[in-house]
Amino acid sequence: MRKTYKLYIGGAFPRSESGRSYIVNNAKGKFLANASQASRKDARDAVVAARKAFSGWHGRTAYNRGQVLYRIAEVMEGRHQQFSAEVAAGEGLSISKARAVVDEAIDRWVWYAGWADKLAQVVGSSNPVAGPYFDFSLPEATGVVAVLAPQDSSLLGLTSVIAPAIVSGNTVVAVSSYERPLPAVTLGEVMATSDVPGGVVNILTGSASEIGPWLASHQDVNAIDLCGIESSDEARDLEIAAAGNLKRVRRPGPEDWSADQGLSRLTQYLELKTVWHPIGV
Amino acid sequence: MSRFEYAPAPESRAIVDIKSSYGLFVNGQFTDATDGKPFKTVSPSSEEVLAEVSEAGPADVDRAVRAARKAYEKVWGPMSGKDRAKYLFRIARLIQERSRELAVLESLDNGKPIRESRDVDIPLVAAHFFYYAGWADKLEYAGAGDDPRPWGVAGQVIPWNFPMLMLAWKIAPALAAGNTVVLKPAETTPLTALAFAEICQQADLPPGVVNIVTGAGRTGQALVEHPDVDKIAFTGSTAVGRAIAKAIAGTEKAVTLELGGKAANIVFEDAPIDQTIEGIVNGIFFNQGHVCCAGSRLLVQESVYDEVLGRLKRRMETLRVGDPLDKNTDIGAINSPAQLAKIRELSQIGEDEGAERWSPECELPSQGYWFPPTVFTGVSQAHRIAREEIFGPVLSVLTFRTPAEAVEKANNTPFGLSAGIWTEKGSRILWMANQLRAGVVWANTFNRFDPTSPFGGYKESGYGREGGRHGLEAYLAH
Repeated sequence: MRKTYKLYIGGAFPRSESGRSYIVNNAKGKFLANASQASRKDARDAVVAARKAFSGWHGRTAYNRGQVLYRIAEVMEGRHQQFSAEVAAGEGLSISKARAVVDEAIDRWVWYAGWADKLAQVVGSSNPVAGPYFDFSLPEATGVVAVLAPQDSSLLGLTSVIAPAIVSGNTVVAVSSYERPLPAVTLGEVMATSDVPGGVVNILTGSASEIGPWLASHQDVNAIDLCGIESSDEARDLEIAAAGNLKRVRRPGPEDWSADQGLSRLTQYLELKTVWHPIGV
Repeated sequence: MSRFEYAPAPESRAIVDIKSSYGLFVNGQFTDATDGKPFKTVSPSSEEVLAEVSEAGPADVDRAVRAARKAYEKVWGPMSGKDRAKYLFRIARLIQERSRELAVLESLDNGKPIRESRDVDIPLVAAHFFYYAGWADKLEYAGAGDDPRPWGVAGQVIPWNFPMLMLAWKIAPALAAGNTVVLKPAETTPLTALAFAEICQQADLPPGVVNIVTGAGRTGQALVEHPDVDKIAFTGSTAVGRAIAKAIAGTEKAVTLELGGKAANIVFEDAPIDQTIEGIVNGIFFNQGHVCCAGSRLLVQESVYDEVLGRLKRRMETLRVGDPLDKNTDIGAINSPAQLAKIRELSQIGEDEGAERWSPECELPSQGYWFPPTVFTGVSQAHRIAREEIFGPVLSVLTFRTPAEAVEKANNTPFGLSAGIWTEKGSRILWMANQLRAGVVWANTFNRFDPTSPFGGYKESGYGREGGRHGLEAYLAH
């Protein structure tokens, strides 16, 4: 049966408010589906949903966020076959290679799940100031993170950019790979059934070039990951737009999604809060 | 109550030898600028011309960057961390040896009270060099991976409110991490940076490791946009920070920005009242309010509003405004005529928008740039004086009823640099600290700084941290 692929905004699955859709072909050029083509209004709705979800998600315990991320991995496992088929069709991989990619994406969720309750210990500090004060620094989520997801790696790449943002309590608006959007839609369906509160992850299928400028200049977006932008002129323009409210910008660069991801993407979306209190009796 | 008359207790300026003119400090030497006009730096408390200073044009900036690049590649980069540490320790010692001279020079050029430059600024400057000296040979433990590398040449632009302290915040971690630097001090306060250049010579620091280019916005822009600068560090206004972020878009340059603030200083009804009043005063009148993290929005719980305001006004009546070199002075001069005009303009807007203005009776000196400590009551969140950074001794007072309302109001700003909480209830402090979207939260204290303690903002207060291990990470590629 053909499946209807829709957007994922605020925990619901709307079609684009613009009524547009576009044809998604497999790697050999054969028709796969009509995907919703998100508009700038969809992007704004997604930012509203992400902002609304932020305080609740950020307010959860690190332990709980880790549990939820692990749950995403569990639910993905149950849809392994569907993901594999979509990755194979979109990326032109053999089914066995596609299965290995899905395994890796699931493992990546597990890896990030474990970071939830370790970040503060690894990134935070207690500061031995020269005075009678107790002074400590804690990492905190920066807020709403816009992600222009990788164009080539439609599931592993997408996972590798969403997971490090949400594990610390940020909420995300992601624009999927334009040519290969189907695994992103299915990932949205996984989110909806994985105890991820509505609005924490919002997934738009459509053109990063079209929607990107609206996200980059949005005053209620705190950070942006430009990894899916392939033209350097376009990336520069988005970076200029992002300077409007001093967004934290992750510039595009060479990425190896199958390699160990390290901490830099995780720490990119963190703020550090330092709290001072006098010591005395 | 009659006021005690204090006899003046001026610090002697004989210890400082100011030259009539200064060049740029490039490649270990003072040199003339080749493509800029010299300008004068004046003492804001007397309008006395202190010295003539060179303006570095793009060609001069280029010369400084090339010197820094060469020093990075030939000397400072290859040098062992252990040896870099020794230079930094030596610089720290030299600063301690010359601390009195530096404090007097800072107060002369900036207008801040000697009590602050002597007891806060300069000791912290030495402490920063000591702290980061110890990091130079321990970089692999700094949390930036196994093989942390310096960026290369760091271009640093600092403001006029803490001229020497901001220099230390920028230069100490940059050098410890193995970068070389080109630093531009603010045009109104270049003298302590030039004194620091002499200290680099006394420390035998290899030529080109530290370069100082004086000038104004044009010089800063040439530095930020120079293609051979790898890392930008800027402290200053949000508007300039935004321009820098735009200017370096699409480049490989790393950047940290430490920008403006509009801190809420939140007073609950159970706050320790005497300490709180001192904290409010320190929060907004320290350094004439020329502090990006100043507690410029006072949020008072309604039930103690009258008492807090009454006591605050009484305390403000005892503040002494005047000669920065007088050890009795609490509030010195406003740094420049431009800044004074801005403070006056925003204060007028406060009145025009319906807030009530109050200042204690105080006589301001006839020469120099002065503004009395001022408090505005009846301020609403929409008022410009509650939203914009005034960067002067002007406090806006608002009220709240519940902790949730205090959080809501405190966070209702595009800035997120700092906040203060005054309450005896520990669990409330920790709850508030969690809720506030600010990079530094002071509970039952305000305006504390330490080299081991990260400092920096959320939202439009910029990105990156200075101080501590996190401040070092900003100078390491990883």
